[in-house]
Amino acid sequence: MILRRISRGLLHFILIGLIILWCMPTIGLLVSSFRPARAIASTGWWTAFVPPVTFTTELYQEALSRTGMGQSFVNSLFITIPATVIPVMIAAFAAYAFAWMEFPGRNVLFVAVIGLLVVPLQMTFIPILRTYNVLGLTGTFPGIWLAHAGYGLPFSIYLLRNFIGSLPRDLFESAYLDGASNFDVFFRIVLPLTVPALASLVIFQFMWVWNDLLVALIYLGGTINVAPMTVTISNLVNSLGGNWQVLTAAAFISMLLPMLVFFSLQRYFVRGILAGSVKG
Amino acid sequence: MERLFTALVVVIGVPAATVLYVYLVEQLLTRLPDRLATRLRPWFWVGPALVLLFFYLVYPVINTLVLSLMNADSSSFVGLDNYIYSFTNSIMLSAFRNNLLWLVFCTTFTVGFGLLIAIMADRVQYETIVKALVFLPMAISYVAASVIWKLMYEYQPPVRPQTGTVNAILTALVPNFEPVAWLINQPINNFALIAIGIWMWTGFCVVILSAALKGIPEELLEAARIDGANEFQILRHITLPLMSSTIAVVTTTMVINVLKVFDIVYTMTNGNFNTEVIANRMYKEMFNVRHFGRASSIAVILLLAIIPIMILNIRRFREQEAQR
Repeated sequence: MILRRISRGLLHFILIGLIILWCMPTIGLLVSSFRPARAIASTGWWTAFVPPVTFTTELYQEALSRTGMGQSFVNSLFITIPATVIPVMIAAFAAYAFAWMEFPGRNVLFVAVIGLLVVPLQMTFIPILRTYNVLGLTGTFPGIWLAHAGYGLPFSIYLLRNFIGSLPRDLFESAYLDGASNFDVFFRIVLPLTVPALASLVIFQFMWVWNDLLVALIYLGGTINVAPMTVTISNLVNSLGGNWQVLTAAAFISMLLPMLVFFSLQRYFVRGILAGSVKG
Repeated sequence: MERLFTALVVVIGVPAATVLYVYLVEQLLTRLPDRLATRLRPWFWVGPALVLLFFYLVYPVINTLVLSLMNADSSSFVGLDNYIYSFTNSIMLSAFRNNLLWLVFCTTFTVGFGLLIAIMADRVQYETIVKALVFLPMAISYVAASVIWKLMYEYQPPVRPQTGTVNAILTALVPNFEPVAWLINQPINNFALIAIGIWMWTGFCVVILSAALKGIPEELLEAARIDGANEFQILRHITLPLMSSTIAVVTTTMVINVLKVFDIVYTMTNGNFNTEVIANRMYKEMFNVRHFGRASSIAVILLLAIIPIMILNIRRFREQEAQR
């Protein structure tokens, strides 16, 4: 009994230790972003709680006022929403066909899609960029929407096919017997039942696109009026020099939306994963 | 005005267009004879995905293979020269070494911590909080993470108060500790970068492994307990074997991620001080040196390294389908 209690205690100790370890970097950023710039440069963030305590929103005001931060926040939204909607919808169409329609080469095609999961993105930049330059898609929103859609598709199709494929067959048969069209079956039956997987996919894709720097750097180049937050912040890193403390506030602003999306969808998220990829 | 228009397209236009596509396709198909419609329908549903996949992934892979045999501006054929360069150049060799370090340490620790946290959190009431907090770094962009970790790794000469969290903690805890310039001192800087990767990716492992753990039927564990097995025996002989296929999924996913590691290195050190990795090298060859041949050959090498995992992935899918 005593041994049991000791091991319980040890369990809590290790877990709480790990949580503290995992949160410390983020907390450090949060605390720093509310300190005066000069204090950040000379003392560690933990000294902020030693009197005299001086917290200020100075850095946030500065981050928001200069450097086109507001515009790049909107740009990030403009990029992320369609770049999430397009691949998720198109993948759902394809997953429905892969799971419930008969056609020659179905399995071969699906295996090829899984194979594409591992293609390093870096490999695709040169040929696509050349085509983009010809088509005039470089530096435009549709160009980056479609790029993110293409890159996100293998994982999306893989996850959704597993999920849609595991729906009971009777469901479809009775619907077809009642004379429902494929359009109705898909939007009235398949999509509502796939909400957990869709939610997890939306989280993944949203975070991935919102946090992406590489794809944005390549297809949007230096065009400032379409630059997302990641590009603006990484430009700040280079240009701020002595004034780098503003970055702490800028970084935190960029984290807010994905954190919100994550916490509001995480209930569905865990269930979605469970039903999708772990089934085997 | 133009931005208002973009906003409308983004929020209404794009989602509506995807729905409209399927609607129009189905309208068209009802007008065709039944047999033809049944045969054509699947291709209309998978069509958009196949077109995007072909343009963004299949065609570029083929094209890159060809470019990797050409010179800097792809105007003449140079055979295997780019590959010879990539396998002999000293920076590339150091990139290979570092990628290997990443592969071994980052994969081991993310999967290891993931398993440890999933199993331990399963036994406490605040499980959801643990998982959410460990997953949180996944929601942070690499750019923001680099700001966070520069604060962590900051270095001041020993006489001054330390402003970096890691150095401050170590100087406070370890007597006579000399502050370390974590991002500059070799070879410790590679491990400092790998630690960031572990911090960011462990959450992914925890969430998936914990889902697998929940899938193990409770009766099985109960039966073992009644037979007098202790918790460690249960873990070793029941829980871990049953989780093995998921552990394999998570490990392969991490290996793929780690081999492609780019953002952490790009934002933290840009490969300076001997922290170069393959993906960052390729980015430099392409956009700084503008040598498309070399950049392509590096990409092909990266793909070759990942192909064994692709085969494993496909084989696993086949087995899964056989059981369905």
